[in-house]
Amino acid sequence: MSNEVSMSISVKEASDLSDQGNIDRRKPDYLDQLEAEAIYIMREVAGQFERPALLFSGGKDSITLVRLAQKAFAPGKIPFPLVHIDTGHNFVEATDYRDMLAEKTGSKLIVRYVEDTIKAKNLKEPTGKNASRNWLQTFTLLDTIEEFGFDACIGGARRDEEKARAKERIFSFRDEFGQWDPKRQRPELWNLFNGRIHKGENVRVFPISNWTELDVWAYLQREGITLPSIYFAHERECILRDGRLLYNTPVIEKDPEDQIVTRQVRFRTVGDMTCTAAVESSAATLEEVIAEITVSRISERGETRIDDQQTEAAMEDRKKGGYF
Amino acid sequence: MDLLRFITAGSVDDGKSTLIGRLLFDTKNILADQMEAIERASKSRNDGEIDLALLTDGLRSEREQGITIDVAYKYFQTPNRKFISIDAPGHIQYTRNMVTGASNADLAIILVDARHGVAEQTRRHSLIASMLGIPHVVVAINKMDLVGNSEDAFLEIAQTYKDLANKLNIKDLTIIPVSALNGDNIVERSKHMPWYTGETLLSVLENVNVLEDKNTTDGRFSVQYVIRPQTDELHDYRGYAGRLQSGSLKKGEAVKVLPSGTESKIARIEFGGQEIEEATVFESVTILLEDDIDISRGDMIVSVDNSPVVSQDLEALICWMDDRKTLKPGDKYLLQHGTARTKCSVRSIEYQIDINTYEKLDEVEKLKLNDVARIVLRTAQPVAYDAYQQNRANGAAILIDETSNVTVGACMIE
Ligand SMILES: Nc1nc2c(ncn2[C@@H]2O[C@H](COP(=O)(O)OP(=O)(O)OP(=O)(O)O)[C@@H](O)[C@H]2O)c(=O)[nH]1
Ligand SMILES: [Mg+2]
Repeated sequence: MSNEVSMSISVKEASDLSDQGNIDRRKPDYLDQLEAEAIYIMREVAGQFERPALLFSGGKDSITLVRLAQKAFAPGKIPFPLVHIDTGHNFVEATDYRDMLAEKTGSKLIVRYVEDTIKAKNLKEPTGKNASRNWLQTFTLLDTIEEFGFDACIGGARRDEEKARAKERIFSFRDEFGQWDPKRQRPELWNLFNGRIHKGENVRVFPISNWTELDVWAYLQREGITLPSIYFAHERECILRDGRLLYNTPVIEKDPEDQIVTRQVRFRTVGDMTCTAAVESSAATLEEVIAEITVSRISERGETRIDDQQTEAAMEDRKKGGYF
Repeated sequence: MDLLRFITAGSVDDGKSTLIGRLLFDTKNILADQMEAIERASKSRNDGEIDLALLTDGLRSEREQGITIDVAYKYFQTPNRKFISIDAPGHIQYTRNMVTGASNADLAIILVDARHGVAEQTRRHSLIASMLGIPHVVVAINKMDLVGNSEDAFLEIAQTYKDLANKLNIKDLTIIPVSALNGDNIVERSKHMPWYTGETLLSVLENVNVLEDKNTTDGRFSVQYVIRPQTDELHDYRGYAGRLQSGSLKKGEAVKVLPSGTESKIARIEFGGQEIEEATVFESVTILLEDDIDISRGDMIVSVDNSPVVSQDLEALICWMDDRKTLKPGDKYLLQHGTARTKCSVRSIEYQIDINTYEKLDEVEKLKLNDVARIVLRTAQPVAYDAYQQNRANGAAILIDETSNVTVGACMIE
């Protein structure tokens, strides 16, 4: 977002309407519209599928999804389990938060480990600098879908994140091998989502497709949601590598060029530790985080994700292979 | 702040993707790393000039071929409004992707290459925009730099377009001469076309009134899901989860459940578990009724004194989207309307619409990919619909092929 643009983040800006003269004063805020759309999509999943699941990573997007699901089905419980594909290289703050949230919402939590897939399938673990298990999650994910017979998996991907995601449908059809075919996506008209599939196929559903990163932050703030502490500035020992700050954890293989530094940082996204970089920051509250991101000239993935930078079509290729 | 969804449409290579790139660039909505990525990708291509179309053409095959295949969604904002921009492909083969993007748009920007004028795809996309009831259409006559920024060239194409638009149902039409490549009349007024005194494209986008496009009169609520917690405290709770497709519904209001016709009263409306007094168009809420009646997904709750048509016979304009099979009288499909699905069969094809002249073609035996026609359907269960042009949300339906499960038709009920 540009410097000139100031985000409106207050609960409902009555002031926003004051200079509109004779225009309808009930004009809803865009966050209300995005929220209503996402809740509608959640309910379509519950209404159309027999065994849906919500893919939960512990990051802010999936925390948003859980909030939306709570609102969609209140006063009932969320009618599907939370599923986490754990690389074993997650931030402990995120996994603790995951356990706490599952308990608080009374949801069933299913965790499957990439480690187990590596053993069972005798996969070769990537090694060396910038090695990550992130891509291996696909195998575990597809196995988990098969194990439980999930016909729909709700994910927190947003179209503003990445250029291949910008092309994806809200109900994104996957064949029996979990593959996305970007050249043959189903038409998706109005709000009439077609979730019909054959056995073995599944649909990935993205209720916050139309949200931007700032919308997510603004929503979390509006809803008064407490986030895992790593989203706020804290002192952390980091590896400084190629201008990026990675958490200094044993799961990241060191390189002679690496420098170990202690910095005040926060995370803008929370994924696998091996491919998520921190940003230097002093923002201690959601308000301050939003202020920083509003003036930031670097995109979320550009600043924090190492896995996208490898080739021009890294995300597209991963998705074709069955990734989230 | 409110939200405007708009789509770019028009023929192949008329500059749709470049226009979106330019809009984002000139409103400073392209971030530094995204710009670097575009520069990097541009360098590896033939002339090395920065190609703003690469912002939306994100698929490998799109970049290889230099065309758009599927719609891309980009998000940006100005101090006045938030925008969801939808970049559609111009190529005829991908028309169904354009329809996908256009179905939810508040505004369509139809591009025309100033050198070539109105093309067949311009006509096709204009017809689709009109059928889909997109309330605002902006025609951007692009590449003005390649016709010497000539006012005459502009006026001639503008006149041709106006003649075409007269045959369509376009409520609000604006025509602007632009150069997407150079940014003329996109965000900044062009220095090269002093003869043009109208609005810039961004100014139109920021100022169209989208509020009055919404149907706020007909209370329609499709039930998506029944919430029944069945816990001790909420033993008898039975809430109908859904979204107001149009109009509004209030606590205490007398309502009718369709298609059964059973009447009741709204006991309570909830949003996120909190009680509210009234729900209005596009809100996702939960409705509780005073009487214990049998309601399930697919039923519709409507105001008692304002009812849609309930019928098993319907006529609709259709865009046919299947590249593998044709549509013929006698064929059977699933019709999805709101949250209801019912089998249906095609009674007849009344006429097809000629894409170039918009004339009605009689005695058409079957519809092929991208054909536009009016058909008659008979459904297994009654459907509670409004005419699409009065009520977009409750007049829209899709046809699903029962064997492939693919969405094959976009229907606008008349
Ligand atoms: N001279 C000039 N060239 C332009 C202008 N706008 C676009 N172009 C060029 O026209 C070509 C096609 O532009 P695109 O934006 O890819 O066209 P498109 O309409 O998105 O094409 P499809 O999506 O494949 O239908 C590119 O080479 C652009 O650089 C303009 O205003 N002036
Ligand atoms: Mg294009």
